[in-house]
Amino acid sequence: MPVDFTPEMKRDYTIIAPDIFPTHMELLEQIFRMYGYNLVVAHYEGQKVIDTGLKVLHNDVCYPAICMLGQQIYALTCGDFDPHKSALIMFQTGGGCRASNYLCLLRRALHKLDMDYVPVISLSFTELEHYSGFKITPFMLLTGIRSLVYGDMMLLLKNQTAPYEIHPGDTRKVVEKWTKELVGQFKENKGLTGPAMKKNLAAMVKDFHDIPREKKELTKVGIVGEIYVKYSSFGNNGLEKFLASQGCEYMVPGVLGFFQFMFANVKTDYRYFGGKRKKLAMAVIAEKALASWERIMINALKPYPEFACPSEFKKTQALAAKVVDPGVKMGEGWLLPGEVCELIEKGYNSVVCAQPFGCLPNHIVGKGTIRRLRELYPNANIFPVDYDAGASKVNQENRIKLMLAMASEL
Amino acid sequence: MKKLGIDIGSTTLKCVLLSEEGEILYKSYERHYSKINETLGTVLEQLDREYRGETFSVALSGSAGMGIAEHAGLPFVQEVFAEQIAVKNLAPGTDVVIELGGEDAKILFLTGGFEMRMNGTCAGGTGAFIDQMATLMNITPDEMNELSKKHEKLYTIASRCGVFAKSDIQPLLNQGARKEDVSASIFLAVVNQTIAGLAQGREFAGNILYLGGPLTFLSELRASFDTALMTHGVCPENSLYYVSLGAAYSGTGEELTPKALADRLREAQGKGSYNRMHPLFENSEEYRAFCERHEKASLGTTEVTEPKGDLFLGIDAGSTTVKCVLADEEGNILEPYYTLNNGNPVPLVKGYLERILRKYPDAVIRASAVTGYGEEIIRSAFSVDFGIVETIAHYTAAKRFRPDVDFILDIGGQDIKCFRIRNGAIDSLYLNEACSSGCGSFLQTFAGALGLTAEEFSQLALYAQNPVDLGSRCTVFMNSSVKQAQKDGATVEDIAAGLSISVVKNALYKVIRCVSADQLGNNVVVQGGTFLSDAVLRAFEQELGKEVIRPKYAPIMGAYGAALFAKQREEAGFPCGGLISREGLQNFVHEVRATTCQGCTNHCALTINTFSGGRRFIAGNRCEKPLALKEKSEKYDLYEYKTELLKACCQDRKEEGKPSVGIPFGLNMYELLPFWYAFFHRLGFSVLVSPFSTRELYTKGQHTIPSDTACYPAKLMHGHIEALLEMHPDAIFYPDMTYNADEHMGVNHYNCPVVAYYPQVLRMNIRKLQETVYIDDFVSVSDRKKFLSRMKEILPKYFPRVKGRDIHAATEEAYRAYADYFRKIREKAAQFMAVAREKKLPMIVLAGRPYHVDPEVNHGIHTLITRLGAVVLTEDSLSDKVEPFETVVRNQWTYHARLYSAAKYVAQSKDNINLVQLVSFGCGVDAITTDEVREILEKTGKIYTQIKIDEISNMGAVTIRLRSLFSAAEEKERRMTNE
Repeated sequence: MPVDFTPEMKRDYTIIAPDIFPTHMELLEQIFRMYGYNLVVAHYEGQKVIDTGLKVLHNDVCYPAICMLGQQIYALTCGDFDPHKSALIMFQTGGGCRASNYLCLLRRALHKLDMDYVPVISLSFTELEHYSGFKITPFMLLTGIRSLVYGDMMLLLKNQTAPYEIHPGDTRKVVEKWTKELVGQFKENKGLTGPAMKKNLAAMVKDFHDIPREKKELTKVGIVGEIYVKYSSFGNNGLEKFLASQGCEYMVPGVLGFFQFMFANVKTDYRYFGGKRKKLAMAVIAEKALASWERIMINALKPYPEFACPSEFKKTQALAAKVVDPGVKMGEGWLLPGEVCELIEKGYNSVVCAQPFGCLPNHIVGKGTIRRLRELYPNANIFPVDYDAGASKVNQENRIKLMLAMASEL
Repeated sequence: MKKLGIDIGSTTLKCVLLSEEGEILYKSYERHYSKINETLGTVLEQLDREYRGETFSVALSGSAGMGIAEHAGLPFVQEVFAEQIAVKNLAPGTDVVIELGGEDAKILFLTGGFEMRMNGTCAGGTGAFIDQMATLMNITPDEMNELSKKHEKLYTIASRCGVFAKSDIQPLLNQGARKEDVSASIFLAVVNQTIAGLAQGREFAGNILYLGGPLTFLSELRASFDTALMTHGVCPENSLYYVSLGAAYSGTGEELTPKALADRLREAQGKGSYNRMHPLFENSEEYRAFCERHEKASLGTTEVTEPKGDLFLGIDAGSTTVKCVLADEEGNILEPYYTLNNGNPVPLVKGYLERILRKYPDAVIRASAVTGYGEEIIRSAFSVDFGIVETIAHYTAAKRFRPDVDFILDIGGQDIKCFRIRNGAIDSLYLNEACSSGCGSFLQTFAGALGLTAEEFSQLALYAQNPVDLGSRCTVFMNSSVKQAQKDGATVEDIAAGLSISVVKNALYKVIRCVSADQLGNNVVVQGGTFLSDAVLRAFEQELGKEVIRPKYAPIMGAYGAALFAKQREEAGFPCGGLISREGLQNFVHEVRATTCQGCTNHCALTINTFSGGRRFIAGNRCEKPLALKEKSEKYDLYEYKTELLKACCQDRKEEGKPSVGIPFGLNMYELLPFWYAFFHRLGFSVLVSPFSTRELYTKGQHTIPSDTACYPAKLMHGHIEALLEMHPDAIFYPDMTYNADEHMGVNHYNCPVVAYYPQVLRMNIRKLQETVYIDDFVSVSDRKKFLSRMKEILPKYFPRVKGRDIHAATEEAYRAYADYFRKIREKAAQFMAVAREKKLPMIVLAGRPYHVDPEVNHGIHTLITRLGAVVLTEDSLSDKVEPFETVVRNQWTYHARLYSAAKYVAQSKDNINLVQLVSFGCGVDAITTDEVREILEKTGKIYTQIKIDEISNMGAVTIRLRSLFSAAEEKERRMTNE
């Protein structure tokens, strides 16, 4: 039986989380603290983390597992945390790809290290496991997702201002300001109601808008892919930094879409395979809530047409259906080609599809969809790039350079 | 202004100077042996002499040029893009460009939708790969080209990646295949890899241009492309220089004199950084102490020149080397011999025997034994007394040095073999997979690429200041990491040390999956040729944090073990002394003939070796037919039985007036065929099933594969669809199935993403499917009621005349047939097990997934097992015999749940039953299942064996695994009965 996370542990244990979405993690950290959990994100990077991952995991397992689990195990073993006062947390979607097993792999790794006593908490919507001292209520879950809306907005605005800023560092300052501001609000249990979000987001957009920017034509690049290597610069060898150095503006679709995607899948599953009505009803409610927050975000952007604004999720869904069946749900599923379509329609013709080497769902929704996408968008310039502990940066950057050279031709 | 284009690739440096009118004034093509700065310096000096003071417009290109350009702040043109510019200028009207470089393959489609592609990260079918293969055969690429002209037949060689291909070629050579045929087959493999990896649904039509080194220099490679593409491509003038020409044409150049350019490059040198590790030795004292300690490890056995009494011969015909040794009656070592086999061990062993007999004219060789890949051929050639499996040979030898040995690690040329010893018997085995052959031959080829011998390479590594961290994944990946490190200023020393550490990390973390040194026990013996390198040995001790024992005779331990084994057998009274006589050796003849077996539809490519005295050795066969064995014993093979059951569903032909559906016979259809067959039959359809997979079928579909790293069973589906299209069914039926049947063993019942959604991939990538009715709706069979309502929704869309009532009946029929199929398999399994118990035959559960029954996927491994005298069972025949239980991993895939259950059954069984897990290359899920299955088995002391399979399987390696398992299991059995 897995080790329980008890109410006593809640009092003085540190819960170590991997660094999944760099822009969002600090906000999430705070949400957990609001609910009394001392969550800390393991920001470790570099070869030492990869080596730790390779040492305790099967080397053929996906690269995100090597990175994330490597971070957590490294945190436990490097001396920064007391392993007897720490727990680990890992998301578990219960989906059909390998990611649902990260949690189990973490436990096996701990076992190999004779650290079975460290509790590992499964973070999931469907409560795959139960603990006496840890519970994600639906309300807490939705609150968590709300905080992600802020993260998405910052990501979106940052990406559209930083490449054009006249004074280097302006954008970073605004991001830091808002992260601090929001963490402060969360601490006082503020900032997470509908009206508060409206107010905050409007002010946030304005702050980004006020950053002095120059007008210039940059190559517009979209980034899609497996959820970890798509967002994490540790996972994708500093992809964003590289693109910036090559004079590109890049757009990374937000995290919210992934949650909308998951709830939409419950509906599709019900249609195709049947199932419990209760689950369906919950998904419908969640879907509605998320759509309303998405609207807040879109409305906040309306006064500033110079910022490319995310499409409504329904639109992405409809675009994706032209490429693959909505039943394709493992990994990033139909969302990935959906995001590609959306990016291309927004003028981001060049798209990097970041994927871990050997990622199973990406055989289908990544590389598998490119041909179809090119039928739909003859100018689409999509390049899959593999990330792996052994893949060299030269190789990856060379392919991206080819993509950029192509972009100038199309 | 004159324009200078410099293309720095992974192996060569190309440079062109254009006049204002675009004429080529100067061009050079040099191999840089990773010394890019020096090579470039020489070229620039020459330009400086000829054009002193003149300013050129300079632009760089190429994979290694990228970093240099970045550090020196010079204009860079991406190489594929540069090529495109050059083609537009020099060969307008070109439709497709195929360029092979040192480590990259590129294809450009210029018309009908502009696309440019490069190979992915996992691909080695390029110039460096051809070089490696040539090294393996001890010839030059040019000689390979010449030999290839005289080829008679072609072998199938994995086109997935360089390492894989290498493990196909090595055994071919060891079996005596002709170099002419192998050379041509290697070219074909390169062609296949390029098409499978880069075509991705595009047709090669129109004017084709061949560019780059390999295609320029190797006429036979071009011919091979021509044949495969059914066209005639052109290799234009200056085909080596297109990239550098494109860089020059690009017009993005910066104005510089050669001298200024050289200065800039010099300043930029070593600006990069790379991951560094600890040096192997801080100073020479440390090294001396290290050497002294290991000197002592060989005490107890001495090398003598005068034998005490009669002799015993041991031969280890390994994948890349041949080792021979004699032991005298006291076990002393005599005449150790260790050499590269250069692809043919027979003459080397012959030479050794001749020398021995000349040197010791009165010696009597009382018994002899041979081990290794070449065991069978050497045994037939010289009528050696015994053939033994390598694990036993190594253990026998290690025990001689350390009777209390706990763990033996042997890194050879191609194989890593590790085994733990408990209570005087082999307890668990760890063997590398074909894809992680980060072993000796890799170090050697790398040393060769730098123009060094293996010893020089090892010596350089010892005092490296900043060893490069190169990762431990796969040798192809390592190549590009090396490239990057060089760019970032790593010296050859640092790289040599880094590679030595990588080899060790690969063995420890990938093969043994070791977390702490304690796992290996107290007395660790390391052996095998690779450990001759002090750098590797030191790296191993450093990484493990523990001192280990390396016998002085590390590389010949296998052979020495064989000699000791022969001695033991002789002493135990086994008949011996059959070794070829002096006269026999004098008249020794060895002839090799390649042929295709006509025994059955497999059409195996056979290599027939004939020796004087009529001894024959046949290789390449999947079954006994070509061996013409007299006694035909009964086979108990559930794989065969399942095939028979499935064949019964493949008999339908198209009938006039009867509707038909086509079913591609692969992936989950291997299990659901009886289900769908019954279903559609009940509805009045003929069911047209694509034929059993073959290599030809695969080739037919390979140009539409979008992801070359997917598993082979998935890639085969493209061929099945092509085959089905030729059968013209009214519709092709291949539903998407997120979920599989629910057998209530785990928390969910998913299919893996590839099995679940491959129908979608086919729809998106095979254009011809648009011309037919393709049914790939989402269906699940786990809930009968929902299935029925779903089919009532789906079928009328395509077949308006099908009635709901009939669908209902068909559903019942389908579920009945499915249950029947399982009942039959399980009954048969029970029958086989009863026979096994009665006849005292060992049983092997060959555990994989349903589609591993496909003969093209399993490569006849089940036949190999029955040939070794065991009964073959399947995972699904036993999975219902255990209660649901808790697994460490999330038990959520139906097929994999069966693996765990079958493992549990084997673990609990008192029978002589073992499990061998079949793992498909590229199967991500298996990274999770293998650890679990191993754990379940080892909990009760069973031995875990894994066989990785892909397009092709190295049967030599498989045999070693199986024989090791059998001999270790036997040993355990014996120990248990003794207790």
